[in-house]
Amino acid sequence: MLLALDTSAGTSVAIVDAGGGIRAERSTDDTMRHAEVIGGFLSDALDEAGVRPTELTAIAVGMGPGPFTGLRVGIAAARVFALGAGVRLLPVISHDAIALDRYEAGFAGRMLLVTDARRRELYWSRYDGLDERGVPRRLDGPGLAKPDALPATEGDSAERVDAHRVPAGALGILAQRMRQHDVPFAADEPLYLRSPDVTLSTRKRVS
Amino acid sequence: MTRAQTDVPNRVNPLVLGIETSCDETGIGIVRGTELLANVISSSMEEHARFGGVVPEVAARAHLEALGPAIRQALADANVGFGDLDAIAVTSGPGLSGALMVGVGAAKALAVSRRLPLYAVNHLVGHVGADLLQGPSESAEEHSPLETPTIALLVSGGHTSLLLVGDLVSDVQLLGETIDDAAGEAFDKVARVLGLAYPGGPRIDMAAANGDPRAIRFPRGLTQPKDMAKNRYNFSFSGLKTAVARWVEQRQDAGEEIPIADVAASFREAVVDVLVGKALAACADLGVPRLLLGGGVVANQRLREIAEQRAAAAGVTLRIPPLALCTDNGAMIASLAAQLIMAGADPSSLDFGADSTLPVTQIQVL
Repeated sequence: MLLALDTSAGTSVAIVDAGGGIRAERSTDDTMRHAEVIGGFLSDALDEAGVRPTELTAIAVGMGPGPFTGLRVGIAAARVFALGAGVRLLPVISHDAIALDRYEAGFAGRMLLVTDARRRELYWSRYDGLDERGVPRRLDGPGLAKPDALPATEGDSAERVDAHRVPAGALGILAQRMRQHDVPFAADEPLYLRSPDVTLSTRKRVS
Repeated sequence: MTRAQTDVPNRVNPLVLGIETSCDETGIGIVRGTELLANVISSSMEEHARFGGVVPEVAARAHLEALGPAIRQALADANVGFGDLDAIAVTSGPGLSGALMVGVGAAKALAVSRRLPLYAVNHLVGHVGADLLQGPSESAEEHSPLETPTIALLVSGGHTSLLLVGDLVSDVQLLGETIDDAAGEAFDKVARVLGLAYPGGPRIDMAAANGDPRAIRFPRGLTQPKDMAKNRYNFSFSGLKTAVARWVEQRQDAGEEIPIADVAASFREAVVDVLVGKALAACADLGVPRLLLGGGVVANQRLREIAEQRAAAAGVTLRIPPLALCTDNGAMIASLAAQLIMAGADPSSLDFGADSTLPVTQIQVL
C-alpha cells in the first residue's frame, strides 16, 4: 500500500494498493492553498481507504517541475510523512505521472507535455509513449522555456498537451510500476529549474 | 467537512515536538512540559550574507533541505522516538509565507503519519513561551516561573514588538511595533553603510566596543512629545538609518575619515535607548514591574547592559532567556504548545495555513 502526493500544480493525494488500484484520491486544482489542504487530504484519503499509516510501504511524491512555493509544501510533507512512518520515499518526476495518465486514457504517439511555470514561462517534457513496463518514455526534459522557445512539435509529429493537474493516483501507480520493475527513481531534490529571484543590491547614497 | 479531532494522549507535562520555519532558521525543538530536551537550529544565514539580508526564496529552499535532518537530530538529542511524542507544534505566523508553508506542510504530515494532535501557534508569543523552559543544567527549583502580567520586548531582524502578556495562553496584547524597519534590519543596513558585513548586529557590536556612544547624537525615532499620543509604544528605525548614512556621506564628501567605532557606538546607543526606554515606559504606564526580552537582537551586549541597568533603577524585574532560546527556535514553539495543552486547549484543525501577518492576539490558530 502506497501513499502518493503531488503539489506541483494543485494538490493531490492518493492511496494506491499493490495491484495498482486507486483506493482513495483527494485533489484540488487550487494553486494557492497547498499548505491549507495537504493535511486534510492526507487524513481523509487514509480514512476513506481504511488504511493506517503503519500499513503503508512507501510514500511517492512528485518532485516537480512546478512553482516553488507550492511544490515545496508537498515535498516537505512527503519527506516528513515518510520519516514519521519509517518508510521509503519514492521521488517521481511530476510530468511522468501526467504522461502516464494521458497515455492510459488513450493518447497515442509523441507528446510535448506543458505545464505552467508562471512569469510567462512553461515547464515541458517530451514523451513517445509507454515502455514495455508501462512507464512513460521521456525523450527530453523536464525543461523551462518561454512559450515561443518550446521544442518544436511540427517536424517531430508530436502533439502538445497542456496540463493543469497532476493526479496523485497516476503518480502512485507509476511509482508502483517503477518499484516492481526496479526502474530508478528521480533524485530526492525539487525540480525548481530556476534560481531564486534575487539581485545583489549596491549601496545607494541617501544624500 | 467534519474530521475526528485527534485526542491529546497526555496533558500532564506533554512531550511536544515544535517546528519553526518563519524566517531563516529551521528550528526543531522537543520539550516535556517546561523541560527543554532538544533545540536543533539550522540557519541559512550564510547563504543570505552576500545579499545583505534574508532572501525569502533562499530561506524557503533551505528549510526544505534542513527539516528532515533537524527532526532526526532533535529526536536523538532528546533521546525519544516518534512513538513517545504527545503532540506536534508548528509556527503558523507571522513570518515569511513561503518559509512558513514548508513547516506547516511538514507538521501536518507528521501529525497525520503519527496520528498526533497538532497545535498551530503564534511565532511572537512563542518567543515569550521560550522563557518558561528550564535547561538540562537547571533544576525545577532554580527556574523561577514566568510571572504575568509582564511586558515583553521582542526584537529581531523581522520584528520589533512590544507586548503586554496578561496570560501566555489566553491574553496577549500588542502595545506597539515598528512602523518601518525592524531593529535588526536597521543594524544590517547601517552595517552596510559602514562597510561592515552581514549580519550587522554582531559586527556593529564589535565595531562599537571601542567607540563613544555619546560622540554623535543620532535621532531617537517616535520619542518626541508629539509622538506620544499615537506612537507612544511604536518604533521607527528608518529615519535613524538615513541619519547615519547622511552623517557618513557628509564626512566622506569632505574627504574626512569615518570614525567607525564612534558611529557604530552612537547608532547602537540610539537603537538601544529607544527600545529600552519605550519598554520601561510601558512597564511604568501599565504598572507592570516585569520585562521580558526576546528575539535575536537580544544577543546585542549593549541592549542587555542598558536593559539591566535601567530596569534595576526602575524597580522592574528583567528576564532574558538563554540566547539559544532568544533567536528563532522550535523549542519555544513546542513550549507554547505544551502550555496550551496543559491549559486544556483543543488541537488545531488540519485546515489552517501560513499567515504572514498573524496578530499576536491570536496565540493559537484553530
